[in-house]
Amino acid sequence: MKKRVFALVLVVVMLVGAVACGSAEAPAGEGKILSVQVGPDPETIDPALNSSSDGGTMLEHAFERLLSVDENNQIVAGAAESWEVSEDGLTWTFHLRDGLKWSDGSDLTANDYVYSFKRVCDPMVAAPYAETVLGVVAGYEDAIAGNLDALQVAAPDDKTVVVTLSAPCSFFGSLIAYSTLSPVQQATVEKNGDAWATAAETYITNGPFYISEWVPGSHILMSKNPYYWNADAIKLDGIKWNLIEDANAAYSAYQTGEVLMIKDVPTEEIPTLSGQSDFKVESIIGTYYLSLNMEREPFTDINVRKALNLAIDREYVAGTLMQGTYATASNFMGPGWVDTDGSEFIASANGGAPYIDTTNHEANVEAAKQLLADAGYPNGEGLPVITYSTNDSGYHKVVAEYLQQAWAEIGVTLEVEIVEWASFTPMRRNGEYDIARNGWIGDYSDPSNMLDLFYSTNGNNDGKYNNPEFDAAMDLSRTTLDPAERSAALHQAEDIMMEDAACIPLAYYNDFWLQSDKITGAWHGPNGHWYFMYADITE
Amino acid sequence: MLKYIVKRVFLEIVTIWAVATITFFLMNMVPGGPFLSEKAISPAATAALEAKYGLDKPLFQRYLTYMIDAAHGDFGDSLKQRGRTVMDIILMKFPVSAKVGGISVLVSLLLGIPLGCIAALKRGKFLDSLISVVATCGIAVPSFVICTVLMYTLGVNLKLLPTMGLSSWKNYIMPVMALSFYPTAYIMRLMRSSMLDVLGQDYMRTAKAKGLAGHVILFKHALRNAILPVVTYVGPMLAYTLTGSFVVEKIFTIPGLGGEFIGAINGRDYTLIMGTTIFLATLIIIMNVVVDIVYKLVDPRIKLK
Repeated sequence: MKKRVFALVLVVVMLVGAVACGSAEAPAGEGKILSVQVGPDPETIDPALNSSSDGGTMLEHAFERLLSVDENNQIVAGAAESWEVSEDGLTWTFHLRDGLKWSDGSDLTANDYVYSFKRVCDPMVAAPYAETVLGVVAGYEDAIAGNLDALQVAAPDDKTVVVTLSAPCSFFGSLIAYSTLSPVQQATVEKNGDAWATAAETYITNGPFYISEWVPGSHILMSKNPYYWNADAIKLDGIKWNLIEDANAAYSAYQTGEVLMIKDVPTEEIPTLSGQSDFKVESIIGTYYLSLNMEREPFTDINVRKALNLAIDREYVAGTLMQGTYATASNFMGPGWVDTDGSEFIASANGGAPYIDTTNHEANVEAAKQLLADAGYPNGEGLPVITYSTNDSGYHKVVAEYLQQAWAEIGVTLEVEIVEWASFTPMRRNGEYDIARNGWIGDYSDPSNMLDLFYSTNGNNDGKYNNPEFDAAMDLSRTTLDPAERSAALHQAEDIMMEDAACIPLAYYNDFWLQSDKITGAWHGPNGHWYFMYADITE
Repeated sequence: MLKYIVKRVFLEIVTIWAVATITFFLMNMVPGGPFLSEKAISPAATAALEAKYGLDKPLFQRYLTYMIDAAHGDFGDSLKQRGRTVMDIILMKFPVSAKVGGISVLVSLLLGIPLGCIAALKRGKFLDSLISVVATCGIAVPSFVICTVLMYTLGVNLKLLPTMGLSSWKNYIMPVMALSFYPTAYIMRLMRSSMLDVLGQDYMRTAKAKGLAGHVILFKHALRNAILPVVTYVGPMLAYTLTGSFVVEKIFTIPGLGGEFIGAINGRDYTLIMGTTIFLATLIIIMNVVVDIVYKLVDPRIKLK
C-alpha cells in the first residue's frame, strides 16, 4: 500500500512540477493599444538580418531611417530633415534633426548610422540584403570581404552623414529608406551579439515605438517611444503584434474583436468577405510567374515558349481560380512600380498597350496552336512530356492543375510535381526542372529591382535567361544620369524579355486583409508593409 | 534496483546517441539548407554564414564537432532564429508546453480512470454505452477538428473564452480540452477492458466470498491490478504531451515547443532539429524508466533486472 501511495505521489509531483514551472505572464500594456496580426513569429527583427515582410512591417514602427516613405509612396525626410545630392550623383549628404535620441534616452548621432551601415556589410553578420541596399556604395566590395572601413560612409560631424557612391543611383533614396539601413545602437549590439535583437530589454530603437514586452510565439507589444522626435503626432499608446500562425485562428480572433486587423485571411472565407468594407485588397509590387528552363529542350525554342505563354486564360486564373485576390497580368512589371519621372511604370510600358491581350482567350489559343506548329510540333506531336514543379501552398496546386488542362488544349502533356518548400528553392535555383512556379515581390519601387531577375548573372535568374541585348539595356539603366534615357532603357529591357517570352507572367500580387473600420490613419504600401504609426482607434 | 537503474541509464545513453546519429545524417541527406530563401542572398553572404556556423566543413567532421559539443551540453546556436541558442529556445518554450500538457494529463487521468472503472462495473448498462460512444469519438476525431469546433462555439459564437494566448486561466480551458480528449478516451478504454479482465479473475470471487467490503475489493484488489496498462501508456504519453502539440499550439497561438519541431524541419534549422529531437528522445526514455520503476512499485511481482 505504501509503495502504491509513493508511486502515485511520484506521478503527481512530476506533473505539478511540470505545471508549476510555466512562466508567469506580465500584465498587458495599458492605454490605447492597437491589436493586429501581420504574421507568425518573425525569424528575426534585427534590421540587418530581416528579409520577411512581416518583420519589415515591425521594423518600420520600431526604427527610423535617414529617409522615410510616406503614404503616397514618396521619399520624405526621416531622421534626416534634409539631404542633397551632388551634381555627378555620387555624393549624398544627409543632415540629421536636432536632439535625436534612442529609446533608452541616450543621444543618437551620425556615427550611429555610419556604424549601422558598416555592420550590414560585415561578413560575420551576413546580412541578406547587404548587396541590394549598399552594393552601389563606393568600397562595398572591400567592405563585404571584411575591410569594413573601406565603405565610403562618413560622419564629418555629429549631425551629418555623407555617403559616396561608385556609380550614380537615382533611386538611392529608396534604398536609404529601406528597413535594412535602420540605425542600431553600437554599444548594445557589441555587448550582446546577435542576441541583442531577441529580447525587449536590449532592443533599443529610435522610431515611434519600442518593444516593451515580447513573448516569442505569442506577441510583441510595442509602446510609444517618448524620446521620438515626432512623438506628439503619435496617437496610439502601443501596438500589439499578435504572432498568430494559423489563418483560421487569426480569423476567429478578428471575429471576437480581440484583434482589429489580420493579414492572414482563410481563403475559403473570401467569397463571403468580398464586398465587405473591412475586407481590403490592394496591389503590391510583385508578379506570380512561371520560369522556363532555357537550358532544356524544347524551351530553347522561342515559339514553344510563346505558345505556352498564350495558351493560358489569365483572367480565369486571377479572377476565378485565385478568387480575385490576384490581378490579371498582361505585363511582367505590374502596377506600383515607379518610373524615373515618378509616374506608374506600367502606364508607358509597350507604348501604353499590354504585352499580352488577356481579353481574347480564343484568339490567343489559336495563335498558340500556330506557334507550336511553326516550332515543328503541330498539335503538340513530337513534344516530350513536360514537368511542372511547384511547392504546395496558397493557390499553387490549383494553378498547376489548371495549366495541365489549359496546355492539353494545344496538345501539350504536362506532369505536375509537388515539391516540399525547402527542397523546391535549391532545385529551382540549380535549374533542375522544366517549368517551375516562381514569384517576386519588390523590395523598393524602382523597376530595376524586378527586371534584374533576368540579367544573365543574377543569382535569382532561375530560368538562366541570357540575352546580351537585355543585359546591355540594364547596364545602360545603371550608368546613365539622364532620367529619360534611364526610363527608356528600362522599358526596352521589359520589351526584350517579353518578346523573348523569358518567363510566363500569370498574375500580379495583391495583399488582402481584414481591417476594422475603427482603425483610422493607417496605410498599406506597395512594398507589402503596413504603417500603423500614425493610426488611431475610434469607437 | 540501483544496479538496474545504472544499467538502464547506460543503455539509454547509447540509445540517445543512436537517435542523434541517425537524425544527424538523415537531415543532412534531405535537400535544401537553412540559408536558402525565395530571394537568393549573395554568394559572399552565404559563404560567410556557412563559415560562421561551420557548415562549410565536411559532414563527418561536423558530426564529430556536434557530438562532442552536445556531450558537453552545448547544443549550438539556432541557424534560423539568429541570436538564440537551441538551449534558449527549449528552455523558453518547453515550460509553456509542459504547463498546458501537464494540466491535460492530470485531467485525462482524473477523468479517464474513474470513467473507465464505472463503464466496467456497469457493463452493458446505459452508462457503459454512453461512455463507450464518447471514448470512440475521442479516439476517432482528430485534434484539429476538436480545436476548430471548440474555437467556433465557445470562442467565436458564444464569446465565452479568449481564442489566443495564455494570459489568464480562461485561456487554458480550450487547449486543455483539446489536448486531453484523446488521452482521456484512450485511458477510459484501457481502464475499462483491463478492469473487466480483472473483475473476471478467481481472486475477485474469493475476495467477495470472504465478505470483503465493496470499496476494498474495488480499490485494493481490482484497481491496483487493472491500472498497469494505464501506467504503461502514461509514460510515453506524458513525454509527448509535455513537449507540446503542433496543431493545438498553432490554433490557439500558444508559444510552446510543439511548433518548433515542425518549424525546425521546414526551415532546415539543423541545430534546432538535433536539439529538439535529442530533448524529446531523452524525455521519452526518462519516462520509460520511471514507468518501469512505478510498475515495480504497483506490482511487486515484477522483477527489474
